[in-house]
Amino acid sequence: MSNVSTRLHDADAVPIFAALGDGTRLALLTKLSDGQTRSIAKLSADTKLTRQAITKHLHVLENAGLVSSIRIGRESQYAFEAQAIAEAGAYLDRVSQQWDDALSRLRSFVER
Amino acid sequence: MTDRIEKHIEINAPITKVWRALTDHVEFGEWFRVKLDGPFIPGEVTTGRITHPGYEHVKWQATVKQLVEPHVFSFTWHPYPIDPDVDYSAETPTLVEFRLAPTVHGTRLTVVETGFDALPSHRQPDALRMNDSGWAKQVTNIKAHVER
Repeated sequence: MSNVSTRLHDADAVPIFAALGDGTRLALLTKLSDGQTRSIAKLSADTKLTRQAITKHLHVLENAGLVSSIRIGRESQYAFEAQAIAEAGAYLDRVSQQWDDALSRLRSFVER
Repeated sequence: MTDRIEKHIEINAPITKVWRALTDHVEFGEWFRVKLDGPFIPGEVTTGRITHPGYEHVKWQATVKQLVEPHVFSFTWHPYPIDPDVDYSAETPTLVEFRLAPTVHGTRLTVVETGFDALPSHRQPDALRMNDSGWAKQVTNIKAHVER
């Protein structure tokens, strides 16, 4: 059953969607999506949140693979990772395919 | 938008028959490939097991929302409860909604699944517009996929 077998590989999509489901994190991600790396100081600059709060959100994004960090000198620089977003999109494609399969079985079932 | 999957299918069978295939838990299990423990009752949780060989460890769990015969059947679930060691109950569930309408030849069935990213919808356009390389492209892919 493609329905279930594809789902077996989808556990990684959960943290991605969970990470995306927050306004602050989405704003951080949007800022970074231009491809430029930024420090925590820079990312906190035009928000009302503390550096600690921003750091926490960045960690959630990093754990989901949506951003990466690299230490330059005394500061961590954060960068957007397009791959995770692509995976989330691919996940939706698979769910979509699962519905196609299930509905085609439903049609066979009721039309027989 | 990004967190919506919508499907339409024309079925050559009367609406009552399609309704039964969707809402009778035994018939549902036939085509969805799941053995459900009990009937669908609004407000209640339905549990069961996937029946496909090799995947019997995968549990089914859904909470029935609406049963409006013969037009609307909806439930919420976690569409990816794969790892038995992970508690998915904290994740926001998605909503699956079946809508039925009679046609000349039978029944038009619409399935909509929403809530994948649990984003407030008013936030989405601004949040996604700037990201041409990521979401925006995926949205186009998904749109093409579900509309083909």
